[in-house]
Amino acid sequence: MKTNLPELLNAIPHGIVLLDTKLCIVAINRSCEGLVGYSSDEVSGIYSDFILRTNLGNNDQVCRKVLEDGLSVSKEGNLINKRREKIPIQFTISRLHDLRHKPTGILIVLEDISALQAKKADLQGDDQEFGIIGHSRQMEEVFELMSVLARTDASVLITGETGTGKDKIAEQLHKLSQRGRKPFIKVNCGALPAALLESELFGHVKGAFTGAVNDNIGMFRLADKGTIFLTEIGDLSLPLQVKLLSVLDDHAFYPVGGSKQIEIDVRIIAATHRSLRMEVEQGRFREDLFYRLNVLHLHIPPLRERDGDIPLLLDHFLRQFRTKLARDIIGFNRKSIDRLSSYHYPGNVRELRNIVEYAVTFCQEKKIGVKDLPQYLVKPTKSPRVNHTDHVDPSLSSPPPEQSVQAKTGGWAEAEKENIMDALVKTGGNRSKAAELLGWGRTTLWRKIKKYRLT
Amino acid sequence: MKIMMTTRGDYISPRFDMSAEVIIATCYDRQLLEEPHSLVLSEMSAELLCDLVLKENIGVVVCGGIEEEHYQFLIWKKIMVFDAVIGPHAEVLRLVMDNSLKPGAMLSRVTSREGAL
Repeated sequence: MKTNLPELLNAIPHGIVLLDTKLCIVAINRSCEGLVGYSSDEVSGIYSDFILRTNLGNNDQVCRKVLEDGLSVSKEGNLINKRREKIPIQFTISRLHDLRHKPTGILIVLEDISALQAKKADLQGDDQEFGIIGHSRQMEEVFELMSVLARTDASVLITGETGTGKDKIAEQLHKLSQRGRKPFIKVNCGALPAALLESELFGHVKGAFTGAVNDNIGMFRLADKGTIFLTEIGDLSLPLQVKLLSVLDDHAFYPVGGSKQIEIDVRIIAATHRSLRMEVEQGRFREDLFYRLNVLHLHIPPLRERDGDIPLLLDHFLRQFRTKLARDIIGFNRKSIDRLSSYHYPGNVRELRNIVEYAVTFCQEKKIGVKDLPQYLVKPTKSPRVNHTDHVDPSLSSPPPEQSVQAKTGGWAEAEKENIMDALVKTGGNRSKAAELLGWGRTTLWRKIKKYRLT
Repeated sequence: MKIMMTTRGDYISPRFDMSAEVIIATCYDRQLLEEPHSLVLSEMSAELLCDLVLKENIGVVVCGGIEEEHYQFLIWKKIMVFDAVIGPHAEVLRLVMDNSLKPGAMLSRVTSREGAL
């Protein structure tokens, strides 16, 4: 029997460690060798804690207790092995004894639960596909298209209103593609003046212009072998559109002030909240570039058109902010759900996220009520939607009157200001009590009072 | 050169992130410049230890098991790391000063639990 012990241990599909009564290692099986990164011969006789490196309390407290009282223990924890990997483990620790019930050692079973934990994480984020939340028919179509687009290497044009998640989708397309392990560089074409953007995109050589004291390789070269994401492509100036077109055609360009052509291998994903077709008609966007970019087109539907996604997103962001802000809120009450479900969301998912953050911050009860929502939702102002630039869908130009509400003034800031005023009025001007009522520290309240000049 | 060892009792602690005590020694030309001093940490955390390493201007870290993430951070900060070291810290320090310590070194067989207390 004795000679068969190693074979017997090796036949067990989990890591096995046998310890003597001094908690030094007698034997480990092959699975355990794989887990800890040491061979059985190397570790024989060594104090187990130095080899197993678990987080089950310092100095093998658990093993000692098992050895003393004989009660088996099963605990979830982790170990750090010789290869510097942290592996989640289910430890089962039992006492061994001889025929006269005299303790002879400890048996530890190590079950690698990393796969189980990954599955658990998957289940928790079950409503997320490609890291994007949505179960509506419209989003299912987007997800289907994304799987196809990720397999190709052609340019992609992503359109959709502001706040629909164009950036997130571009990033996912990159991650899912064969270029996923290479760089993903995002450039906002609307954020920089044309001259600066050219140097930012294509780089410049030293001395190309005043202030060019060093060579700059530019975003295109940074993204070589990877993906460059040009967001707000509709804001790109006409001269730069020409240069971009030549890059798309030749896969090469000249840096600003440079005479040597640079060859690159980059996939281009572009995004805009404008209708490029309309921009082309108005002569603000080059038709040839539009057709070059529009090889594959992905349109993200606005939130108000995504059937049933609003409650899903509300629930997701509630969970997120509840954890982040350490609040004990269990959900929304019926009225607030109705109000939030019927709202138009001109700012789409981004706006919904901000609304939930606001509500979680200000809610003092277990459930978020209408009074905890931003004022512009509760008391809609009559101001029309101003300068709505999202012309992607012509039907959007005349939103239903009930839905075309937007905060007349600063929105969040106004609402926050009003809440502070309310709290101060309620507490008779006592700042400590007002801060408590708002769920803030006194310093935060003082800072906000100063910010809004409420003194 | 400043050396930091994560310790438990007389030994290098089994895990970097579960170390509550460190010993810091300064040596020059294989000689200790001052008596090594120990620091008891307010909490056990790998991030806290990494901060301490930077704050104390440590050049060499000796520890037991360490996660890749923290190891790479220290290497990136140009700190020499000897990890997976098993043995008494006094002997380990001697080896560091002699330039003969290797990562994964098992210096002495710890066959009694008293040794690790």
